[in-house]
Amino acid sequence: MDKAKQRAKLSRRIFLKSSVAIAGSIATGFNTASASTPLKAEKNEPLITLLDISKCIGCEECVYACREANETKYPNPEKPFPKMYPPRVKVEDWSDKRDVTDRLTPYNWLFIQRAEVSVDNEDFELNIPRRCMHCENPPCVKLCPWGALKQEKNGLSRIDSELCLGGSKCKQVCPWDIPQRQTGVGLYLDLLPSFAGNGVMYKCDRCYNRLEKGEIPACIEACPEGVQTIGPKQEILKKAHALAREMNGFIYGENENGGTNTIYVSPVPFDQLNQVIENENGKPHLSKVKNMMKDGTTLAKAMIIAPFAGLFAAFGKSYLASLSSKKENE
Amino acid sequence: MKKTMDFKNWIYGVTLFFITLSGFAQMPVFKRYYIADIPGFGWLAKFYVTHIMHYSFAIILIVFVTYNVFDYFFNRSMTTVKLTKTAYIKIIMIMGLIFSGSLLVLRNLPGVFLSHSTIIALDLIHLGLCMGLLAAVFYSWIKKKEWYD
Repeated sequence: MDKAKQRAKLSRRIFLKSSVAIAGSIATGFNTASASTPLKAEKNEPLITLLDISKCIGCEECVYACREANETKYPNPEKPFPKMYPPRVKVEDWSDKRDVTDRLTPYNWLFIQRAEVSVDNEDFELNIPRRCMHCENPPCVKLCPWGALKQEKNGLSRIDSELCLGGSKCKQVCPWDIPQRQTGVGLYLDLLPSFAGNGVMYKCDRCYNRLEKGEIPACIEACPEGVQTIGPKQEILKKAHALAREMNGFIYGENENGGTNTIYVSPVPFDQLNQVIENENGKPHLSKVKNMMKDGTTLAKAMIIAPFAGLFAAFGKSYLASLSSKKENE
Repeated sequence: MKKTMDFKNWIYGVTLFFITLSGFAQMPVFKRYYIADIPGFGWLAKFYVTHIMHYSFAIILIVFVTYNVFDYFFNRSMTTVKLTKTAYIKIIMIMGLIFSGSLLVLRNLPGVFLSHSTIIALDLIHLGLCMGLLAAVFYSWIKKKEWYD
């Protein structure tokens, strides 16, 4: 079956599934949204997504919906690329490989990771939609030296392609190496293209422009199986735990890197999935991740004490000096 | 008195050197330009290491600055001493760096949101003040300008 036919068939499925999802949503009264249900504006709570990977059939409908929704944000690099110095700085060009869907690239912000695993004599074939985790305290946003990344109150983080210089620091500090670089595009071309910067970094922005309009991200809307749900944090977390209990499953993303706004629920432990998935550049792992910003946060708290320590030291010195001058006068 | 000044200058010099180095290391340049390849300098390309170093030396700088400011007021003999023009310039730069840096530290805490334009402005102000302070330090060094007249 060709792709168009397959997608058309899937679209009919989307309609049927969406109808069921809307009916379910009305019946349960949840404020969460999955395929084709509008997202209600919520109080000041971040929106998080729940991915029930036991439901994912790996059809890549979400991948193509992501591409369609974000096509205008993709890079159109100018060629030939400027010669870069020193020679160790390599060109990263995905513009001729735009069709790649089996990993993250500047033109593919979501891909399906496949896992075949056997647990207690039961075989599982799981498909895991992978993209940016949208961390609660995202190192990519917080550590960008130019402020080219931003985090929004609704829990998403995104790269401003007008400002990014493509230094790739965000990728290096990301525990999952999510952002991907395209050379030959962006602000660096107008500065010192040969000596600083190397393009623009790209990653999932959780369809911020759709969310602004009250719509749900394209990948969630397009999913024929209702794998993803988006909603207010506490509500989604409750749902995730209920789902994990129901399937006797496991949760990933709730505590990783101090907490993320993407929660995976799987019937198979994530450390076992991590052993069987392809884990290389552009294909993120599923290992446990410590809170990368924790040490900085601890030191930031210590910084509050610092001025008092200085004041105390100066006062102590002055007090001791006055005591010794008193003794001298006596 | 001289020994105290020498010790203070030493702390100031070491703090300024490492806080500047770890600050510049926030930009991905040391690896690109082979500096991190020099044996013993590999840590310059480790962003979490330089981040922690920058914070640690910021704490030392804040303690040092507040100590000196309060010591200036508590120690009566010091109030008769007049600060030089370059000292005033350096003090303004350091205060600006501490203020902008504190806001950036605040921004890095979980759940704290500053507007995107504020963050960009703070990043640029912080970098500009650092360059200004370095220029003032080198000028004082070359022209042998002291903190006090």
